[in-house]
Amino acid sequence: MNIQLQKEIEKLKKQILALSAKVENDVGMAVRAADNLDAAIAQDVVNREDETNLREVNVEEECLKILALHQPVASDLRYIVAVLKINQDLERIGDLAVHIAESALFLCRQPRIAIPVRLEQMANKTQHLLQKVLDAFVNFDEAAAREVCADDSEIDAMHQEIFQQVKGIIMQNPRQFEALLQIMHISRHLERIADHATNIAEDLIYLIEGRIVRHATEIFQGKGPAEPNV
Amino acid sequence: MNTFDRIIADRPDVRNGDNGGKMPADRTHVAINLFSVFYRANQAVKDVTFNIPAGYVTAIIGPSGCGKSTILRAINRMNDLVPGCHVKGELLFDGQDVYNPDVDVVMLRKRVGMVFQKPNPFPKSIFDNVAYGPRLHSRLNQGKLAEIVERSLVDAALWDEVKDRLEDNALSLSGGQQQRLCIARVLAVGPEILLMDEPTSALDPRATLRIENLIAELRGKYTIIIVTHNMQQAARVSDFTAFMYEGALVEFGPTKEIFTKPGNKQTDDYITGRFG
Repeated sequence: MNIQLQKEIEKLKKQILALSAKVENDVGMAVRAADNLDAAIAQDVVNREDETNLREVNVEEECLKILALHQPVASDLRYIVAVLKINQDLERIGDLAVHIAESALFLCRQPRIAIPVRLEQMANKTQHLLQKVLDAFVNFDEAAAREVCADDSEIDAMHQEIFQQVKGIIMQNPRQFEALLQIMHISRHLERIADHATNIAEDLIYLIEGRIVRHATEIFQGKGPAEPNV
Repeated sequence: MNTFDRIIADRPDVRNGDNGGKMPADRTHVAINLFSVFYRANQAVKDVTFNIPAGYVTAIIGPSGCGKSTILRAINRMNDLVPGCHVKGELLFDGQDVYNPDVDVVMLRKRVGMVFQKPNPFPKSIFDNVAYGPRLHSRLNQGKLAEIVERSLVDAALWDEVKDRLEDNALSLSGGQQQRLCIARVLAVGPEILLMDEPTSALDPRATLRIENLIAELRGKYTIIIVTHNMQQAARVSDFTAFMYEGALVEFGPTKEIFTKPGNKQTDDYITGRFG
């Protein structure tokens, strides 16, 4: 038994889970800040961006160290590769949370506008999706990961709907253009967060099964996994 | 359809893989069918079935005592020399039963050469070591013999280092050079298969790398079967990997799959170092 490698992997697991928790929390705070137009919370999210970046770099360095020193194979190799990719997605989600917080800060400085109900629903759904994929990562739950892949299209549709709705409002109230543009940005950032959650789900399926399902359509249709690229 | 045929049929990348195109890649060179080896009452290899493709490098891995060296040595009947050793089942080389009583074992070992763990050159000159086999098998004039010696040493990536000292005693070479000389000695008799039993375990990393590079060079010209304890070496040099445990074959498949997504948990546990 390669005890040293297993210890290193355990340490890496703790690091990536800590980053997951941090990013999930940031998204929750950013959404709350936008929802309640709470500048203090929004500023808090912006201020904590460096911590996410530092954690991301630490995880990547740990992965590279394990690859160089232990040359892992099979399930260990898949774990390190999946963590490397999930790490990047988490960092991007962290960035998007900051962007949402910045939009919230902008909205705080503007006269109040009505936030579309659909955006709140989309924010809830996106947070749920993120939570679900991170839980699936903790529990190695392949079925949940596949559900996340399928749910992403619903969020894409919500984003399109909000985009059209806000476009209509801008045409009626051109003076609110800048504030409404931030609403569009928030919707776009939420949609991107869901995309990254889907990437994590796909990496999770690779980690568990060893099959690359990215770009495959069958996961949306409930069919079996894709044949590997040969 | 057996495992290898299935892989070859399903996997065009393996079938047309870059083995230099020097040997048809869709041919089974050694077919092992429900094959067992016994040392008196002790069964060292248990009903093993897998096919070894021609022109590729196949690695056999597994913990000590799993039967990997035994099965390697069975292919050119080296186990015949072990008292009390007997076999059951079928081991076909190019479709011919290796254990048929009519088989000329000397000819078999000419076609199926072997390289051992420790370099074992004869206490003779470098030239005579390589010329030893050809002299045994046929009468050749000095010119022809010199040609074979040179070609074998070139193929074994040793020529440039020894061309000016062919009459020196082989034992004056370094360990890595001695091992390449042993490979040249095997190549000199024109084998089709090279059996390698932990060929680098007695060598330093630099000499190991040279042997691994040599294996890559020889791939395609010969069918190579290597037993190694070094998992990373198996991953680096082989196209196919067989994992054996307690005398049985646990899994056989393309190396790139065995080392990224093995189908069997036991294989995963072994190659990731969780047991063995």
